[in-house]
Amino acid sequence: MDHKNWNGFVGGAWQDEINVRDFIQKNYKEYIGDDSFLAGATERTKALMEKVQTLFKLERGRGGVLDVATEVASSLTAFAPGYIDQKNELIVGLQTDAPLKRGVNPFGGMRMAHQACEAYGYKLGEKVRDGFRYRTTHNDGVFRAYTDEMRLARRSHVITGLPDAYGRGRIIGDYRRVALYGVDRLIEEKKKDKATLAGEVFNADTTRLSEELYQQISFLGHLKEMALMYGYDISEPAKDAREAIQWTYFAYLGAIKEQNGAAMSLGRVSTFIDIYIERDMAAGILTEQEAQELMDDFVIKLRVARHLRTPEYNELFGGDPMWITEAVGGMGEDGRTLVTKNCFRMLNTLYTLGSAPEPNLTILWSNALPMNFKKFCAKVSADTDSIQYENDDIMRPLYGDDYAIACCVSAMRIGHQMQFFGARCNLAKLLLIAINGGYDTTSGIHIGPQMPALEGDTLDYDTVMERYDIYIQWLSRLYVNTMNVIHYMHDKYAYEKTQMALHDTEVERLMAFGIAGLSVVADSLSAIKFAAVHPVRDENGFIVDFDTVGEFPKYGNDDDRVDLIAKEMVHKVITELRKTPTYRNAIHTLSVLTITSNVMYGKNTGATPDGREAGAPFAPGANPMHNREENGALASLNSVAKISYDDCRDGVSNTFSITPEALGRTPDERVGNLVAILDGYFAKKAHHINVNVMNRELLMKAYENPEEYPNLTIRVSGYAVHFNKLSREQQREVISRTFHEAM
Amino acid sequence: MEYAVIGRVHSIQSLGTVDGPGVRYVVFLQGCHLRCGCCHNPDTWDAAGGTEYTAREIVDKAERFKEYFGTEGGVTLSGGEPLLQPQFVREVFSLCRERGIHTCLDTSGSILTDEVRQVLALTDRLLLDVKYTDAKLHVKYVGCTLDKPLEFLRFLDDHRIPTTLRQVIIPSLNDTEQNVRSLKKIAADHLCVDKVELLPFKKICQVKYDDMGIPFPFADLPEPTAQKMRDLNAILTK
Repeated sequence: MDHKNWNGFVGGAWQDEINVRDFIQKNYKEYIGDDSFLAGATERTKALMEKVQTLFKLERGRGGVLDVATEVASSLTAFAPGYIDQKNELIVGLQTDAPLKRGVNPFGGMRMAHQACEAYGYKLGEKVRDGFRYRTTHNDGVFRAYTDEMRLARRSHVITGLPDAYGRGRIIGDYRRVALYGVDRLIEEKKKDKATLAGEVFNADTTRLSEELYQQISFLGHLKEMALMYGYDISEPAKDAREAIQWTYFAYLGAIKEQNGAAMSLGRVSTFIDIYIERDMAAGILTEQEAQELMDDFVIKLRVARHLRTPEYNELFGGDPMWITEAVGGMGEDGRTLVTKNCFRMLNTLYTLGSAPEPNLTILWSNALPMNFKKFCAKVSADTDSIQYENDDIMRPLYGDDYAIACCVSAMRIGHQMQFFGARCNLAKLLLIAINGGYDTTSGIHIGPQMPALEGDTLDYDTVMERYDIYIQWLSRLYVNTMNVIHYMHDKYAYEKTQMALHDTEVERLMAFGIAGLSVVADSLSAIKFAAVHPVRDENGFIVDFDTVGEFPKYGNDDDRVDLIAKEMVHKVITELRKTPTYRNAIHTLSVLTITSNVMYGKNTGATPDGREAGAPFAPGANPMHNREENGALASLNSVAKISYDDCRDGVSNTFSITPEALGRTPDERVGNLVAILDGYFAKKAHHINVNVMNRELLMKAYENPEEYPNLTIRVSGYAVHFNKLSREQQREVISRTFHEAM
Repeated sequence: MEYAVIGRVHSIQSLGTVDGPGVRYVVFLQGCHLRCGCCHNPDTWDAAGGTEYTAREIVDKAERFKEYFGTEGGVTLSGGEPLLQPQFVREVFSLCRERGIHTCLDTSGSILTDEVRQVLALTDRLLLDVKYTDAKLHVKYVGCTLDKPLEFLRFLDDHRIPTTLRQVIIPSLNDTEQNVRSLKKIAADHLCVDKVELLPFKKICQVKYDDMGIPFPFADLPEPTAQKMRDLNAILTK
């Protein structure tokens, strides 16, 4: 098959089947040079960005939400075209008819839609309410099927953040397919797939797939309609760089109009787009300045994307994140780097447009990356605190070289794999529940196997572990079953039609479980093992506090005595989870990632044997507890690196803050040292790191005078936020974290 | 060798970026015979303090960080005055060499014995602190003559051991153009010196003196301004 818009491309299997990777491999041009070719922002870009900054200011002034479109449920064609400044935009398309105006998405659940409107002083329109009166939402379905125990697990917060009232997200459509093939070809392929079902036994699985394919085809049609409203016909492949970006963006836009998933990643588009840019440049119809301008305009669109959330949601996922995660860099299976000039341009938007949390730029780091690219990344980190790093050398063998990152740390093959997102369980709370024989002292709820609270003046390690195992087994089974209910209902009532249309018909599914409180548990068990932990009981005999006497090794100091407890704990949890089958035979995966919910998890957890007080925040993700590191930054990194990616295929998140002085004396030294740290950390087979290069004093100033630091960006846990969009509590927690300083 | 010599260690910094080239595992040894007025580690003075480790234990620990060292980094022994424990330093460095780890020594250069000479033969880079270029100030605020570090430097020069000269810039004592020129001259006269670093005097260590209940001799002196440091550094590069 051939198409006139593919002129100049090297042909291959990609022409006859949907295979973006093959197209990339046959056509991309690796770049190993430095950043000196980059262009700055044009006057047009600056003027447009200024308009956006003004809108951001207005949005902050209105409590974080500029406007809400309450009269219609958000969908691909629900709104008239919207613009920031129509005549000056190179890439067009907004979620609603005006920038920063948020759509309402009731498909996940009506209650959440109501509450979200009300939180910002709006009322959900009559038409939407009527429209959903006799319609089952995802949330309705889940709560119909939940058992009493599932409800209790939720209410006691031993499992929190489950996507049972909002879109599950963490699905990455292969948005590039729209640019490469045009929508008509995609529809044609899906129709073929649907036709082949005719020979199958129509059991529940086949019937469901057949209906899903119908929906996918229908929404590809809507996607075309949506683009037509903006004056573009995306039936055919993109013919140049601008169209490639526009088509890709339309596909992404369709997804975020349809779904309000917690994390809506972009995928891995930079190198794909580079191919079009290179073709245009070779034809003499695009300059470097124009290429940067296109990327800038694209990124501006991503920076104004918004979802309407409730305050409770913001407590879990602070800072109004979208997780428009774009994976940049990495190596190819053939040994060539996938770094292209457009990877530099994508990172350069942090200079042309200023630092910002979105898109969530994620460097796929390999020891073999070109040194010039490594150095540029380190420089961008030191200058902007806006990017994160993940280990391509441990992911590529599992996911190939065309995977992307959903949300923060979840790898998946683009278009071939999807994920059932599952928040996280609170392992520290579970330890306390186990010690108390099935009673949660914080919520006052009896849950799990019932038995007497542990007795004696001093906790015995083996007794505690034996008890803990019983509860881990119990919770793991409950957790899988709860997830099965949620994802059955999400597929049934809020299926991602646009995004799944941009996947293969046969997809592999991952079911992503998570744990919070790992460092608290590791240190608590270490205290029980190496020091003397005396339980303090209330009048009913429940253990509500601990008197810990003596020294014990703490996670974060490269001390195997405690680090291996953390590693084994993670192994134990995933092993238990795997024992309960999943919905649609999804593969069980596990993450150690908290987003900003470490504050809320801590708030809902009593005092722990490690000396952490009741209600005090946990460390984020897999981080050691704040200020317990005694041997400096690398010892802390070594501890985290021991957690095996084989046990945690959904990611191990570490957030690292260091002062510029501690990184070296001169800017060049800092860049060189940061590259060495990243090379070292990933050589240790660690998975992820957020890097902040800043002083605590700066954050304290921003805490006192938020208006003076509107664009201060900081990496928190798998993503970046505008510091002033965090709650005061979350801000205090970020300030209290370990900042590695020069001695 | 058993590498079982015991050393007294004040503390360990797994990420050192300012004591030698690249990323370094820095071990601060306990004990110092000097009493420099600007000392920011008075808690390292007492030779009887610290934690005991064998040389092998230290290198085993350091080796866990080898992946971070890249092409430049390695182990730095600082202090205190590490050369008060020459056998320990020798064993640590010898073991580092065996395991392909770059060795760096941060010293005042005030001790040059046969044992020290053996250590230097195993040292890939010296960080030599010349506190003052003025002989009188050196005696007054360091407690030994300027001849000591200069003699040390001659030995380094004779044996071609790459050296970084370092000096803490203290307002009113050595923050002059003339002093920096003298330092530059010393550097120029010794082929082994390939780098000169001026470090701003800092008073963050005041709390350590307070904790120990002893006066900080330079408590009343100000820290140099960033501009002053830039000006003095400019002399070096001229």
